[in-house]
Amino acid sequence: MTALPETTQRQLGLVIDLDTCVGCHACVISCKGWNTENYGAPLSDQDPYGADPSGTFLNRVHSYEVQPPEGAAQLVHFPKSCLHCHDAPCVTVCPTGASYKRSEDGIVLVNEADCIGCGLCAWACPYGARELDLAAGVMKKCTLCVDRIYNENLPEKDRVPACVRTCPAGARHFGDLGDPDSDVSRLVVERGGMDLMPELGTRPVNKYLPPRLKDQIGTQPAAPMPDVTDQPGGFLGWLDKALEKL
Amino acid sequence: MHPAPSVILFSTLSGLGFGLLFWLGLGVPDVSGGVAFVFFAIAYLLAVGGLLASTFHLGHPERAIKAFSQWRTSWLSREGWAAVSALIVGAAFGAGLVFLDLRLAFLGWAASLLSLATVLATSMIYTQLKTVPRWNMPLTPVMYLAYAVSGGALLAGQVKFAIGLLIVAGLVQIACWMLGDRALAGSGSTLATATGLGRRGTVRAFEPPHTGSNYLLREMVFVVGRKHAAKLRIIALALAVALPVALLMAPFQHMFAALAVLSHVAGVLTSRWLFFAEAEHVVGLYYGKR
Repeated sequence: MTALPETTQRQLGLVIDLDTCVGCHACVISCKGWNTENYGAPLSDQDPYGADPSGTFLNRVHSYEVQPPEGAAQLVHFPKSCLHCHDAPCVTVCPTGASYKRSEDGIVLVNEADCIGCGLCAWACPYGARELDLAAGVMKKCTLCVDRIYNENLPEKDRVPACVRTCPAGARHFGDLGDPDSDVSRLVVERGGMDLMPELGTRPVNKYLPPRLKDQIGTQPAAPMPDVTDQPGGFLGWLDKALEKL
Repeated sequence: MHPAPSVILFSTLSGLGFGLLFWLGLGVPDVSGGVAFVFFAIAYLLAVGGLLASTFHLGHPERAIKAFSQWRTSWLSREGWAAVSALIVGAAFGAGLVFLDLRLAFLGWAASLLSLATVLATSMIYTQLKTVPRWNMPLTPVMYLAYAVSGGALLAGQVKFAIGLLIVAGLVQIACWMLGDRALAGSGSTLATATGLGRRGTVRAFEPPHTGSNYLLREMVFVVGRKHAAKLRIIALALAVALPVALLMAPFQHMFAALAVLSHVAGVLTSRWLFFAEAEHVVGLYYGKR
């Protein structure tokens, strides 16, 4: 049913550290790989080797430049995937019940067998987290790697979303944001984790940790270059003087 | 938003069809027999034709029946129920008029009410989206209803009603454009709130995630048509309202009436194209576009 659950037992989600992300896009590739080879319709590409390649991705990394009122500009790499919102507008608009939010762990999923591919849920999402797969004709979105995190066939350290497992910088954290004592919840409190577009009332579960302020070394303007002397020295100087005397 | 031809055709034709069914249900014009058959046939061709067109943009049209299941939460599902109910009740009312010369007024009123409910549900699919500030305002359903009822009056040959309602529809349309132009700025969503980085300084989109395009940009960041938006607005208003009103005010001729209908349809199609092409989705902010 596309009615949202009143509460969920757990609120599984991601905490993404914008201070640590180096913008390598490894999470994008591991996400595409895992979700193409495992649960649901594969993430297709259109014209992958041609002039106008495009494809379905559940996770994309933007890069933004932030220019403070004073000092140097800062580059922030910004991974973006489904935020598994409490008040997910993508779920309630679904006419078939294919979109749902699980009451046990809060993960927002699509039942691909029920999806008619109308695209309304993608319109309802402010974050661009849902993409209609052009080959399969069904809506694809981040599953929080639901087929990894409970998968007892995998070694325990692999039972986290593929993007978290692969991040070489440790910028992605996975856990229960409904439990105030969990590592991720503590991280959010410590670092002032924030919501994206809070004004839209979606109440995202995923949080973003703002980049730390850069220290001030090297932000002072460089000392001016010494003036180039008007008087040439050495051989040229001698030549100059010699010619002057003539 | 991408102006998909199937959705533009659907909302225009179905709007007109259900608009006509609204007047027929009220018994305006009071017709029976063969004349009633022609009126109902036009209403059904438009309404059903539009609904069929709308299935063309689905990824899996063969599963469309599942869309009736979530009427408790989904306006798209409610639209399906309202449309099918209006068509069934209207057909029963029409059959009475055509074959038995029997006017079951309560069925007619129910068909009228359900027709309005269908147009309202269609408009609410767009109005409910907070992600598209231009659509997310109370005037959007008013505009859809005004176009449907005025276009229906035009098709039903109700000259006096049509003139008045067309003018109302034109005024609502102008108000929608004026409020819509300020909607994105008024929504408070910016690249600063989208990234949460606004407290730190001025945020600028530096690099997109991919060098190519993607589904999100194609579907929700349609910028091509906005260049000629001002001219298209004048064309839409002239064709949908001004020309039909002028033709209706002239001494009555069937030729003029037919021209008025064609002009109105072309005008509403233009207006609907703009409704999508001009609408800015907040996801565009992440790409530094609107």
